[in-house]
Amino acid sequence: MSDDTSNQGIPDPDGAANMIDTDYEIGQDNIETQVGPFNLDIHNPVFLVSGLTIVAFVFLTLAFQTEVGPVFDALRNWLTSNLDWFFILSGNVFVLVCLLLIVTPLGSVRIGGKDAEPDYTYFGWFAMLFAAGMGIGLMFFGVLEPVYHMAFSSPLGVPSPFDADGNLIEENVAAAKAMGMAATIYHWGLHPWAIYAVVALSLALFSYNKGLPLTMRSVFYPIFGEKTWGWPGHVIDILAVFATLFGLATSLGFGAQQANAGLEFVFGIPVSDTAQVILIIGITVVALVSVMRGLDGGVKVLSEINMMIAALLLLFVIIAGPTMTLVSDFFANLGAYAREVVPLSMPFGREDDGFRQGWTAFYWAWWISWSPFVGMFIARVSRGRTVREFVICVLIIPSIVSVLWMTAFGGTAIEQVLTDSGSQVREYVIASYSPELSLFGMLADLPFASITSFIAIILVIVFFVTSSDSGSLVIDTITAGGKVDAPVSQRVFWCTFEGLVAIALLLGGGLGALQAMAVSTGFPFTIVLLLACYAIFKGLKDEPR
Amino acid sequence: MFKKILVPIDLRHPDALEKAISATAAIAKPENIPVVFAAVSTAAPSALAHNPDELKSKMAEFAEAQGRQHGIDATGQAFFSHDPSVDLENALLKAIDETGADLVVMATHVPHLSDRFWPSNGGRIASHAGVSVFLVR
Repeated sequence: MSDDTSNQGIPDPDGAANMIDTDYEIGQDNIETQVGPFNLDIHNPVFLVSGLTIVAFVFLTLAFQTEVGPVFDALRNWLTSNLDWFFILSGNVFVLVCLLLIVTPLGSVRIGGKDAEPDYTYFGWFAMLFAAGMGIGLMFFGVLEPVYHMAFSSPLGVPSPFDADGNLIEENVAAAKAMGMAATIYHWGLHPWAIYAVVALSLALFSYNKGLPLTMRSVFYPIFGEKTWGWPGHVIDILAVFATLFGLATSLGFGAQQANAGLEFVFGIPVSDTAQVILIIGITVVALVSVMRGLDGGVKVLSEINMMIAALLLLFVIIAGPTMTLVSDFFANLGAYAREVVPLSMPFGREDDGFRQGWTAFYWAWWISWSPFVGMFIARVSRGRTVREFVICVLIIPSIVSVLWMTAFGGTAIEQVLTDSGSQVREYVIASYSPELSLFGMLADLPFASITSFIAIILVIVFFVTSSDSGSLVIDTITAGGKVDAPVSQRVFWCTFEGLVAIALLLGGGLGALQAMAVSTGFPFTIVLLLACYAIFKGLKDEPR
Repeated sequence: MFKKILVPIDLRHPDALEKAISATAAIAKPENIPVVFAAVSTAAPSALAHNPDELKSKMAEFAEAQGRQHGIDATGQAFFSHDPSVDLENALLKAIDETGADLVVMATHVPHLSDRFWPSNGGRIASHAGVSVFLVR
């Protein structure tokens, strides 16, 4: 075998599956060449167009940031304010589709063919999908959101437990607390995971069962037919690369700022561009090592380490926090979520615009803009599961973990806010809004604050690494035309490129503008996902069960 | 001298395999040593095959054609890896164990600068396999 090439074919043994009969050969539009010592196997035109467009956008944003920033902000605000109903209703459709898949016979279809066996253990699989999906958000919003919604958002008109002077109104506390938790869990529970599940399941189905390349466009074969391999497909893939890279790079930039704020809070390391650039370089280098070690030796190992550190921190907060209250709150919060999820999911006849548009619609656009990345990654590691098993594990279990996490972090923070007017969480969320410090504020009022805050910073950084490495693999696969065995140098390129874009935006400004643009891609992708729901049912219907 | 020969192949580049297969035949034929042609594949559809049966039949056809052409006892097998771009070496080491081969004949490129950073697959197999490895340039 030639040394610089590797492999071909697909897995064994899979049993019966209903293949799509297409003349398209995976990689037929690819350019295979060598640049210096590096081999390239890239899709034409997806690689070049997405790469050059990203460079152009970064350049234009840096050059005209005062003009560009407001445009993207306005676009995002317009979408979430005027189309909030569309995002919210679409979110409901995705949850319903997933629930239907669990209860109907379609749930018996196995991803990868009737006899396919799972590629990963439950722990490895779950660690990877959770770390890629929302780990970092839980760190940032786990304390902030429950407290903020309880105190300020008034979801569904439930009044705040504080008056204008910040004094506690006892009779409002119970309802506001329950609603604060229910609203937070609504944003981190079934709905976001249903979005990921729809993308992941459709990709896995059309790739592992139907034999199409593992890339976004394949889901649209039932709709576009052979045109999927032309420009309609190119546009979908380019958009997916775009959303993924800007989503990752802007998150990396903001993440470095948050980690730096944490380092200043804990160790007094001043917030500076230099510190943040060093953090981005550090995260990128670890992510590079991870992608070069591959899916099993790098990404999976880091994800598992990540999950274990997160579990330890969770356990510590439960033990050091108001343990008995948290235990009973877990069930109370599940109940509050079950009670409020339907009213919160209804976009009409409500007056909580700030919450519904500013938080819910924004979140839904955000989850959806991330869904090509997370969905593709989940799809890649989910072969061998039945559809029912897949949906339960991607939808129900992560949602329960989110409830547990929010109960522990948010519940502890709420207790601190309600019982101690001088608590640091109250300072950073209510008195002087500093969201990046909310987690550290909560930990500061628990024992061993220095140690746990340090662990929290490490966790934030590792969560970024696990997003960055899996994201680089996804972009690499899309820009290689769905080949998961493209030369390693390409994933190294994308991982480095992501770090460079993050540094350029951090130093030159424009993180917010491009994040707003990345979130705005949530709108076209919502339409894409609705079509994917149709494609899932159509695809599953023909599969042997 | 040998009981079984494993020949890793990449069906996308048949031209690059000729020399290695000829060398294999030269060793295998006089003593009628069985030869296993091994392909390492991803867990997703790829350039060569849309489904397992397609790959299996391609491997069987390839082995049969080579066996006929060179007069050797040849079979084809596929081995699977989650991320073969980086795990190819592990998959091949596993293939050596599973097939019981005691000689690997493998095509490899002439070393260049990048091999200082990314050693060739052949080089890594030679470094880590417990059996004889014959690298053909």
